[in-house]
Amino acid sequence: MADQPTAGERFIQGILPENPVYRQLLGLCPTLAVTNGLQAAITMSAAVMFVLFCANVIVSLIRNLLKPHLRIVIFTLTIATFVTIADRFLAAYVYQMSKVLGPYIPLIIVNCIIICRCEVCASKQGVVAAGADAIGQSIGFCLALSSIAAVREILGTGMLFSIRVLPEIWPDWVVMVLPPGAFLTFGLLLGAINWYSSRKARG
Amino acid sequence: MKPIQPMEPMPLGTLERIKNNNIIQAWLVLILALLFGSSLAGIQITLGPKIEENKINETREKVPELILGKEAALKMTEAGQSLNVMPHSFVVEKPGRKAAYNVYEALDTKKNRLGWVVKAKGQGYADKIELLFGLDAAVEKITGVFVLEQKETPGLGNKIVTDEWRGQYIGKSTAKPVGVIKGGGAGSDDINAITGATISSKAVTDIINSAIADIKGPLAEKAKGGK
Repeated sequence: MADQPTAGERFIQGILPENPVYRQLLGLCPTLAVTNGLQAAITMSAAVMFVLFCANVIVSLIRNLLKPHLRIVIFTLTIATFVTIADRFLAAYVYQMSKVLGPYIPLIIVNCIIICRCEVCASKQGVVAAGADAIGQSIGFCLALSSIAAVREILGTGMLFSIRVLPEIWPDWVVMVLPPGAFLTFGLLLGAINWYSSRKARG
Repeated sequence: MKPIQPMEPMPLGTLERIKNNNIIQAWLVLILALLFGSSLAGIQITLGPKIEENKINETREKVPELILGKEAALKMTEAGQSLNVMPHSFVVEKPGRKAAYNVYEALDTKKNRLGWVVKAKGQGYADKIELLFGLDAAVEKITGVFVLEQKETPGLGNKIVTDEWRGQYIGKSTAKPVGVIKGGGAGSDDINAITGATISSKAVTDIINSAIADIKGPLAEKAKGGK
């Protein structure tokens, strides 16, 4: 289709201009839940990248066979399959991490970023564009998650990647590790990004 | 002559009717389900043993903590000592069904029995809960509980993994089933349910109670029989 963005545009859009978390406000459940440590956030992003890429490619390959009223069933089926693969893989090779992430990995099935990308891009465009879109969006998701997780982990525990970065006298700000910290950090970062982009737009 | 109704539907041809059949329309869904299902079965066959192995390793790691308590286990690790862990499996005959249990017997370096760790699973609120619990050598007291696998609601049911909640089971007698009290104020034979997650709390307690009921006899017999 002529009016669809190209693969390169899709890729770039996903990272910042249409960042799934900061711009589209999608996938907030994992964003708020698994960002109390950078390691967990990156594992989660990797799992989402795998699922999003595979689902986008498969949906793009079968896009001409989709019936409009059955498309969501097929998206969900595809996504659920790859989520199960990711879940089993983590349990087999990164066992401790899979316990930390617990139910959030299976919850990727209902992550709206993935179904949104299947609907918006993969079901309308070719495999290359769909793949590029998936990678761009996942990088955007990973950046968003890591930024929140870095702030929360440093302020909450004085550590980064479980290695101490702040001096011992830092009073661990426990609320940052707990759910309210996720809302606070996310809200402030979102505000900062909106403020910056509106200032840039005014020139 | 009967006038033709403007809204009367045209009779469909056989081909049309086949095309509109729900099953035919869903052919892609069915084929994909078949393909995905078989590939998932393949993944499970390949990765299943590895996941089981991880769980067994974790179980062995947790045995000292479950039997001696956290501090004693930590001290032991620091001193470079370890317990001998002997795996056993028991099959308990019950009316209408058989229940199999993996039990790990913990022995100190002088071959004295310190206690038992039983692996049990059952239905939780969201999915199967798999847990370990420790019993003392005479099978009279619960010495600890550890959750191996759970997918309970984040923020509510998944509090069953916290040290604080699990700690309530330590020291409970096996003579009668552990009860669950809602809203606090549990007595010596009961535990407090997690606020907003009574089902998860009850599920864990039920798994432990039924496993104790099944395994207490065989374990006590074994405890008397050998050293």
